[in-house]
Amino acid sequence: MIEKADQIFVILAHWLVSFLPLALQHAAIVLLSVVAIIVTFPALFAITVLLERKGLGRMQNRYGPNRVGPYGLFQPIADGLKSLTKEDIVPTRADAVVHFLAPVTLVVVVFMGYAVLPMGRNMTLVSMDAGLLFFFAMGASTELSVFMAGWSSRNKYSLLGAMRAVAQMISYEVPLLLSSLTIVMMTGSLSLGKIVEAQNHYTWGLPHWYIFTPWGLAGFLLYAVATTAESNRSPFDLPEGESELVAGYFTEYSGFKFALFFLGEYVGMMSISGLGTTLFLGGWSAPFSFLGWVPSWVWFFSKIMLSMCVFIWLRGTLPRMRQDQLMNFAWKFVLPLSLVNLMVAATWRFLGEGWERWVICSAILILVYTLMGRSGMRHGHLGPRTYRYAE
Amino acid sequence: MLGEGILKGLGETARNFVGSFVSAERLTTVQYPEERIAPIEATRDFPFLVYDGTDWEAGLRCVACQICEKECPPKCIYIVKSTDKKPDALGRPQIYPARFDIDISVCMSCQICVEVCPFEAIKMDTEFELSTADRFGGLLYDKKELAKSNQHFHKIHPTEAAGVDARLAAEKVKSEAKAKAAAAAAAAKAAAGPVVAKPAAPAVPAVKPAEGEKQA
Repeated sequence: MIEKADQIFVILAHWLVSFLPLALQHAAIVLLSVVAIIVTFPALFAITVLLERKGLGRMQNRYGPNRVGPYGLFQPIADGLKSLTKEDIVPTRADAVVHFLAPVTLVVVVFMGYAVLPMGRNMTLVSMDAGLLFFFAMGASTELSVFMAGWSSRNKYSLLGAMRAVAQMISYEVPLLLSSLTIVMMTGSLSLGKIVEAQNHYTWGLPHWYIFTPWGLAGFLLYAVATTAESNRSPFDLPEGESELVAGYFTEYSGFKFALFFLGEYVGMMSISGLGTTLFLGGWSAPFSFLGWVPSWVWFFSKIMLSMCVFIWLRGTLPRMRQDQLMNFAWKFVLPLSLVNLMVAATWRFLGEGWERWVICSAILILVYTLMGRSGMRHGHLGPRTYRYAE
Repeated sequence: MLGEGILKGLGETARNFVGSFVSAERLTTVQYPEERIAPIEATRDFPFLVYDGTDWEAGLRCVACQICEKECPPKCIYIVKSTDKKPDALGRPQIYPARFDIDISVCMSCQICVEVCPFEAIKMDTEFELSTADRFGGLLYDKKELAKSNQHFHKIHPTEAAGVDARLAAEKVKSEAKAKAAAAAAAAKAAAGPVVAKPAAPAVPAVKPAEGEKQA
């Protein structure tokens, strides 16, 4: 029974394709999984948007949307209908083809990332040996569509937003990769399935997730900072920067193309949270061994939604950074720290079992963090802004 | 240490998030169509014409002097003077507005018309639910739609209305005293020399108080 609940989607897919001739079954099961992904994540996107609007409202002591349906639950449907029925405006001087392709490529590329994510036991669309590499290749392609959008719009705000986005995404790609690399060093595999398997065992009922090691925790925090920047979320939402750039790279988009950008942003956030979950939070494994009876996909999706809540919480808390602060933070703080973390992970690997490695690795990380924080503050790179006015 | 501020901020938003579910006074939103709060006394949006008594047409304080029409910055007031005179609230013959229109789609609620009016005839209303399906005719208010009683004025702006009433009452007393004095003087004159002053005497007291009233 427990086994059945865990594998319900796999069993369902196999039952559905069993009606087809044998030659078509393999293709049909892939197609079915793709459809499942394309349906599930936009649905989660709708829930997340509602959660975000309500949650941000509560953080600002407001109600949030509460007019459409009971407690405003149908708000995403209303939003969807609105964006579908709006006029699609393309600027006369825009490059129409690229302008059209930009949101399409964004959404396609973002969905491609899900192909390698293990969403539950036996629930990986393509179990690739180099899954992590594939994921990052797809993730890096979003920069292309962002720049396509900004360039083809022929609008100064779009172009500035796209420039900012590309600069920011390339800068934060480096710590993102370096912090994930620690996991690869530990597991010795680029396969996401193997990474989850490596974390899916328990001591005294507690899991061996990588976040529960000093280098894993540091790596997770660095990864979280880098993903926030990668997905252009507050406090790194300079590419959108409503106050100065109207809407950044999608200023000239309206109607359904705008909705596609919106969808791409959120689905991208979910996929990158899914990767973070897989790398650091044990993927689909249960947080305690006695909860092993809960279906594995429940854990994966609840971990993703939890990460989305953290994204929303951060957005409700932090103001937008300045461009130079953003770059300084990436190159002078996050990048050196992730390099140090890489060394710490190596140290951990070669110190062998025992309590010494816990003490040594934690000490190095805390020391480096404190020193770099102090020196950064002293030079005013990360400190409060000083204003100079003309006399 | 670096990052303390972020943690503190996250704590603050978390406190707000939880607090907004727990304590009602955190949520200051008034959910408008269902919930309403009484407007503060200084609220104002569009002008209306005050009338005394019960008959709106007879009781209008406006004498169509057109000062408000000239002063109105967006020129939303349109007045046509009457050619005849009608008795006003005090029973004196006055010019009255044959037409008095305000286009509230143009009005910017600056209250200048109220400030320049020498007759306390135009005041600011607090009615704000003025949506209409007809954006031209529906927002162009004529004399009848603009006329509202002094009681209404007392209801929406009690302090200001009391001040206006006191001022008008004082003026009335003054003009009555003046009229009485003039009448007494005329009577004395008539008693002293009935032959010479007979045609002029009744005309003088009739005109003089009216002029005094206007200047005051």
